[in-house]
Amino acid sequence: MDQENNHSSRQIFTVSQLTQNIKSLLEKSFSMVWISGEISNLRIPSSGHSYFTLKDETAQIPSVMFRGQLRQLRFKLEDGLNVVGLGRISVYEPRGIYQIILEYVEPKGAGALQLAFEQTKRKLYEEGLFDEVRKKPLPFLPNTVCVITSPTGAAIQDILNIISRRFSTLCIKVLPVRVQGSDAPREIVAALELANQKIAPDVIILARGGGSIEDLAAFNSESVARAIYASDIPIVSAIGHETDFTISDFVSDVRAPTPSAAAELVTPVKADLLSRCLELRQRCYQSMSQILSTYEDRLDRLLRSVVHPIKKVEAFQQRIDELIGRLERSNSGLIRDRHAKLNEIHFRLKNCAPSSRLQMIRSQVEILSFRLLKANEKFTLFLQDRIGGLNAKLHALNPKAVLERGYSITRRLPDLAVVMDASEVQSGQALEILLAKGKIKAKSE
Amino acid sequence: MSKLSFEKALERLESIVQEMESGELSLENALKKFEEGVKLSQLCTQKLNETEKKITILMEQSDGTVVEKPFSETDQDEIDG
Repeated sequence: MDQENNHSSRQIFTVSQLTQNIKSLLEKSFSMVWISGEISNLRIPSSGHSYFTLKDETAQIPSVMFRGQLRQLRFKLEDGLNVVGLGRISVYEPRGIYQIILEYVEPKGAGALQLAFEQTKRKLYEEGLFDEVRKKPLPFLPNTVCVITSPTGAAIQDILNIISRRFSTLCIKVLPVRVQGSDAPREIVAALELANQKIAPDVIILARGGGSIEDLAAFNSESVARAIYASDIPIVSAIGHETDFTISDFVSDVRAPTPSAAAELVTPVKADLLSRCLELRQRCYQSMSQILSTYEDRLDRLLRSVVHPIKKVEAFQQRIDELIGRLERSNSGLIRDRHAKLNEIHFRLKNCAPSSRLQMIRSQVEILSFRLLKANEKFTLFLQDRIGGLNAKLHALNPKAVLERGYSITRRLPDLAVVMDASEVQSGQALEILLAKGKIKAKSE
Repeated sequence: MSKLSFEKALERLESIVQEMESGELSLENALKKFEEGVKLSQLCTQKLNETEKKITILMEQSDGTVVEKPFSETDQDEIDG
């Protein structure tokens, strides 16, 4: 009994039962709550649902946002994003965890649109949709202008006014679109494509009057940005007021601060162009007549400088006469000069004549002959003295003179060698003895 | 010459006038330039006047065709209606 009571009082849950109880408790108590936290561990698998954790400094809750709700957001979930969300607590029985299933999320602080704007802007910037090098120049004078805007707004009126004031005969084609609301992006994209494919204007104005960031949302949409980028025709954007910058402005070839300014950028002032043409034509005529009168003057001058041939001949005759006169005058002077020169040369030549030179040589010869004669006499006397001296000496040395003083000379026969030593003579030797007068033949004993 | 855009024609006209005003052209060349300049100025004026004022509104039908109508106050209600 006790046991039974005990058993009946002791309530035992199965895991499923307990989980079921917790689930109904939690889901009833927290069926719709606002929660704020920071997104982390965001995963979006191919199912398109998003799974992440919402956390603050001390706690965290697993969070889910299903594909359908996710698509409603105007911005993209990101790790680190602080959000405020509306959701319900749910228990995921297979894993025994509780989580919050979010229906709606908005960025904390800045609005969702502002965040979406920043996100799209960064993405497209990184893709190069804002690159200046890709921007097309506006035509100088368009024939056809396409205006994509609301047909009822102030923008279209401003544009038409400005264009008709500046260039009244321009062809304007209006492509009406909704400029706000969920259909706006699609209509704007379609209009841009239509303009490119079928209308082919020279330039497109994409315009909208001022409004809040919500009102301008279509011009911040990625699809409109991509359609602008894809356009082959130059696009001037004029969205909102001067201080509003939309993604469309960044992608467009030229951004105008207002619709009126866009119309001014696109349209030159016809009157200015006409007067410029007129001015250029007048300058053409003026400079042509200037050129002609310059040539006329030159022709005049040339005509004046042409003279009759006879006059020319006469002038030449006169010149010849003058030259002959000068020639003669200069000739007589020349002859005088030559004469003086000749006289001088003649004088110098006479001085050098052979006759005068001969005379000079002759006198020189006489002087030299006289000096030669004198020298000769002197030399003869000198030689005679010398010869006298030598004769006396010679006489003294003559052997005959010795013999005359009684000496004799003995010579051996037959070789006539003078005998100076008696030992040289053997007995029987034939000798010749020379005396002052005659000689004696003898034989030694 | 008539194939020139207005901008090109105007540029050419300006350079011709400058050449003629420089006074460095032979008479024959100057006459040629003068003739071309006058023609260009006529062409420019003609191009400025040849466009005719026309403001239309284009509506793409559901079958893809485009209907073009003069733009007027009455049309403006259609889109809001």
